[in-house]
Amino acid sequence: MTTLLRVGRDAHIIAWRNLLNLRRTPGTLLTSTAQPIMFVLLLAYVFGGSLGGDAYREFLMGGIFAQTMAFNAAFTTIGFANDLQRGFVDRLRALPMSRVAVIIGRTTSDLSASMVSLVVTSLCGLAVGWRIRGSALDAVLAYLLILLFAFAMSWVGAWIGLIAPSVEVAMSAGLIWLFPVTFISSGFVSVSAMPSGLSAIAEWNPITAVAGATRTLFGNPTPANLPQPVGWPAEHAALYTVLCSVAIIAVFLPLAAARYRRVATR
Amino acid sequence: MNNERPPRRPVDNDDNTNQDTRKSGEPLLRIQSLCKSFGDTRAVDGVDLSLPRGSVFGLLGPNGAGKTTIVRMLATLLRPDSGRITVGGHDTATEPEAVRRSIGLSGQFASVDEKLTGAENLYLVGRLYGMSRRTARSRAAEMLGRFRLTEAADRRAQHYSGGMRRRLDLAGALLARPELVVLDEPTTGLDPRSRMDTWEIIGELVAEGATVLLTTQYLEEADRLAGRIAVLSAGRIVERGTPDQLKARTGGQRLDVTVPSEELEVTAGILGALAQSTPAVDPVNRRVEVAVPHGRSAMTEALRRFAEAGIEPLDMALRRATLDDVFLALTEEPSPEPDRAGELTP
Ligand SMILES: Nc1ncnc2c1ncn2[C@@H]1O[C@H](COP(=O)(O)OP(=O)(O)OP(=O)(O)O)[C@@H](O)[C@H]1O
Ligand SMILES: [Mg+2]
Repeated sequence: MTTLLRVGRDAHIIAWRNLLNLRRTPGTLLTSTAQPIMFVLLLAYVFGGSLGGDAYREFLMGGIFAQTMAFNAAFTTIGFANDLQRGFVDRLRALPMSRVAVIIGRTTSDLSASMVSLVVTSLCGLAVGWRIRGSALDAVLAYLLILLFAFAMSWVGAWIGLIAPSVEVAMSAGLIWLFPVTFISSGFVSVSAMPSGLSAIAEWNPITAVAGATRTLFGNPTPANLPQPVGWPAEHAALYTVLCSVAIIAVFLPLAAARYRRVATR
Repeated sequence: MNNERPPRRPVDNDDNTNQDTRKSGEPLLRIQSLCKSFGDTRAVDGVDLSLPRGSVFGLLGPNGAGKTTIVRMLATLLRPDSGRITVGGHDTATEPEAVRRSIGLSGQFASVDEKLTGAENLYLVGRLYGMSRRTARSRAAEMLGRFRLTEAADRRAQHYSGGMRRRLDLAGALLARPELVVLDEPTTGLDPRSRMDTWEIIGELVAEGATVLLTTQYLEEADRLAGRIAVLSAGRIVERGTPDQLKARTGGQRLDVTVPSEELEVTAGILGALAQSTPAVDPVNRRVEVAVPHGRSAMTEALRRFAEAGIEPLDMALRRATLDDVFLALTEEPSPEPDRAGELTP
């Protein structure tokens, strides 16, 4: 119990420091909010025209939410790589503090960055015609689900940041894996139009579940011209999202913690 | 600064403090046959050290000697290949947490957070040592004052000069009054005033009973601060002892005399007799150089004997022994140093 308290306390202090850093480096937050704006506008008007216009734009937002949250993992990756490179992690490693707290502090402070980009993305969605059509409670659940997923993805980002040998590698490696992960999904198109191998992956991709669950909770229907989603993950999208998020944390928390312990002991 | 002596350990953190670390007699730091290789480089090659409580130990060595590697292993940042390190009876391999609680580290490259102000940097360190908000804040203010950073306390560290960063990092190492203070080249990059300040602070620390391990490339610094010195070269300790013992072997300072060619031999004779060691003669630059334990008196005495012998030096200078001198002396090689001749001729 005292250990848990200590982890929480130390993580809180680290998060405080990260948020101060974030606030004093406005450039980073700007990039992470500019990107969803860009995706909303590109997909809504470049693809939207041929894929169903207004109905597609409404459908699109579920995918954008899932994608934006996944991309915030790169935020964690770069944050860690920077701290490693500048010797800040070494500084912390010599202090009598909880080790896992350093990572928890980072993933929780990045969660607040995710909240900012979630607000920006929502506003952008409203501008292109997306609306919350479900109940207020469902909308709150949708946002909580999105943030849980963002938190889970942040742990993947933390692990990548800790294995990256340099900030430069972290910058590209932290982003590159996110493209297939977010695009091989029902985020922007229907899964059933993909080749069979790909569609199986897409069907079980957590991004599909997050997109599907938020669409249901926000009351955004799949346009008539796109095939309706089928399969267990699609039918239990919210549950599957929670399960995936927990599983991702369960795998990547120990991986990142073990990596952190080893990282400067090379 | 208040005169009341606060406990040496962070106040809020003594829930699991081991009482037995205060056992007297047993050394605070003990390093036994420590080895570490990076690929083919044997960075640390069988080092033994022990530091009694309240002592200051200077680890002296040139670039690449292995100083930082030892410090990093001691601070639990690097795992030794073999050997054992204990701090207050706690093994770095099995009880790293207890070791971290006992040491305050200032690494070779100041690792301050650029985006945080000086005060915030120290507050962060204090909190992570387990201090309450209030204690952390007041200790931070106290340390900022001690390191002449009060005025810059609310400026971001990214706008600090190199020396200010260094001082901020040092302040972080001392913030929680650790039992063992580990300073890796604490004065490298500091101007003379800051260097003197740092020396003074280390002196105060010692007076308060702290135990300090410092690394340096300057013999002068080790001499000034450390009760005992070990000279490290290529991962091995090649010499150890008190500064006086070391100086007796290597000469604390060097007396450099340039004379007309025909007087070289006589001069060498005089200096040799004076310093009771063999001077190095450089006929090309008409220079005689000898290690002297006490520079000023040797200079005076040399001038007197030159006058008696009717020798008029063209140039005469006293310089402090450098590590080169120490190493050359330790390996019993002559020191011609032709590359330095240019500096000495007017
Ligand atoms: N992480 C590392 N990987 C490979 N080699 C290393 C590493 N760290 C140190 N070395 C090597 O180990 C040797 C000792 O290095 P160390 O940094 O301990 O020297 P030092 O005495 O601190 O030198 P300086 O005065 O330049 O700081 C050097 O040859 C160095 O190149
Ligand atoms: Mg070094």
